[in-house]
Amino acid sequence: MDRVPILKLGDILIVSIQIDLQDQSVLALQEDLSEQVVATGARGVIIDISAVEIVDSFIGRMLATIAGISRMLDAETVVVGMRPAVAITLVELGLSLGGVRTALNLEKGVALLNHIESVQIASATR
Amino acid sequence: MAGELPVNSNSDVVLVRQHVRTAAIEMGLSLVDQTKVVTAASELARNALVYAGGGQVRIEIVQKGVRRGLRLTFSDDGPGIPDIQQALTDGWTTGGGLGLGLSGSRRLVDEFDLRSAPGEGTLITVTKWGR
Repeated sequence: MDRVPILKLGDILIVSIQIDLQDQSVLALQEDLSEQVVATGARGVIIDISAVEIVDSFIGRMLATIAGISRMLDAETVVVGMRPAVAITLVELGLSLGGVRTALNLEKGVALLNHIESVQIASATR
Repeated sequence: MAGELPVNSNSDVVLVRQHVRTAAIEMGLSLVDQTKVVTAASELARNALVYAGGGQVRIEIVQKGVRRGLRLTFSDDGPGIPDIQQALTDGWTTGGGLGLGLSGSRRLVDEFDLRSAPGEGTLITVTKWGR
């Protein structure tokens, strides 16, 4: 089974999925990421799926689950780089990924996380 | 390109996706249609694995008049589906998933045929026609 590497950049964890995901790799990633979020105290997780050719209901649910787990561990998740054909297919499949934030690319994903943090700091100091 | 592939493990599901993608490209499906049919294949292959413990899929290119289509036939000898209408309802699941496998993959293809009875396995034929 292939494992997806997790990179750390400042207080953001970056995962770029470059392999054809098997269900086991998906579950392993979920566990590895939750552990890394806690171990590093990351405030954000970016999942880059620009190389992913299909997202089926299993992978879609994994993205939503990771976002949910990270939120409980005080980190925000942004899924970046979704291909247009994947977006069309996901919606038709019936999966809207309601609770998952998305950005068009890695750069915009980082900007979104920075924005979320600045809003959180502003509301905390108000 | 036609062939039959086993669906007996998670890595078989990945192989099925890759073969369906190759066949879809070969018959000239658009990128969106390729993505839809590969996604449907992934759902149906996983269903065969989860609900029947495995099965097989036949991948073939079919012709109707001037149109060519990609046809996938999933078969298994699993427990079968007692209530097909219910199984095709969004959100209905007995396997702990989202309940989108059957209903969702039906929306992703042009033709969808499901035959099943308790104790007699399941046969699902889907076709995606070229535009």
